[in-house]
Amino acid sequence: MRRLLPYPGFAGALLLMWLLLSQSVSLGHILLGSLIALLATNAMSALQPESVRIRPSLAIPRLALIVLVDIFRSNLAVGRIILFGKPAHHRSGYLQLPLQLQDRYGLAILAMILTATPGTLWLQYDRSRSVLLLHVLDLVDDQQWIDLIRNRYERLLMEIFE
Amino acid sequence: MTQAPDLPLWAAILTAFFLLAGSLITAIGSFGLVRLKNFYERVHAPTLGTTLGAGGVLIASMICFSVLKGRPVVHEVLIALFLTITTPVTLMLLGRAALYRDRTEQQPDIPRDFD
Amino acid sequence: MNAQLILALAITASQLILGFAMACATWRVIVGPRAQDRVLGLDTLYVNSMLLLITFGIQTGRTLYFEAALVIGMLGFTGTVALAKFLMRGEVIE
Repeated sequence: MRRLLPYPGFAGALLLMWLLLSQSVSLGHILLGSLIALLATNAMSALQPESVRIRPSLAIPRLALIVLVDIFRSNLAVGRIILFGKPAHHRSGYLQLPLQLQDRYGLAILAMILTATPGTLWLQYDRSRSVLLLHVLDLVDDQQWIDLIRNRYERLLMEIFE
Repeated sequence: MTQAPDLPLWAAILTAFFLLAGSLITAIGSFGLVRLKNFYERVHAPTLGTTLGAGGVLIASMICFSVLKGRPVVHEVLIALFLTITTPVTLMLLGRAALYRDRTEQQPDIPRDFD
Repeated sequence: MNAQLILALAITASQLILGFAMACATWRVIVGPRAQDRVLGLDTLYVNSMLLLITFGIQTGRTLYFEAALVIGMLGFTGTVALAKFLMRGEVIE
């Protein structure tokens, strides 16, 4: 079973995507989609990706909710900056941020969260020193942003991945 | 001149609202490309279009087609998923490329490479 | 005022708004000043045209436009990644 279906979750997601694309749940499409999912996941196991260890916990829905709310809020904030300009003492600038999160998948998720939210952009990460370089559109106080990212995202991601 | 599917009033109003909200947010984001002053500020602008802007338009499309076909039509979720995965990748790569170019040309106000 | 008219007006308005967004992105592609600005403008143009296609889909009530939008999104992503890679090293394939 393990040899035939190395990534059951991924295969299920592929099957779901196939059914959504073809917009039907007929037997033929289910069979064809399952075949494609099997072939694709077996091809992927040749790449030998690092296995993901996700600890199932309440942190996952909480993180999703927080990210949704933040995307909404920062959309409004960035929209205001574009339309009306920045307040006088606000500037945009770079931010160096030491991170405690080490897991590769956790870092990938953090990068996606930070870049998908308008107003912050992930520029560079140095693995040997665990320092992250960010660009922030509306930077008033460096420490405030550092605390925000650490307490809001990093802690939850560490709960999930480590 | 104008053409639209025949929806009940509540669905028409919902679709119209999400459509207008989404396209307005996208337009504000694209307008940011014109308004903001340097490249690193401008990179933030298109994310408006790929998050809430696209979300609004896709929700409008979902409501419209679900009511039209009389069954839930959710394949727009695929576009939303695809956008949330790809946008960070392109923007990070672009940011890295710009940083690399600015460093090799020794532009002012660029943070030094980690050493 | 009937439902169809409201929807028709909203669709036309949002198409005009998205057209304005595409004009802004095109302006950035033309003006630059640097290559990364042009690539950023092109990427925004792709996303905007994808959303415009979805509004056409709502207007005509056909799902054909959905596939077109998906293809544009994928090609746009690949194109932008290739261009960004090119800017970083000057060679697309290493």
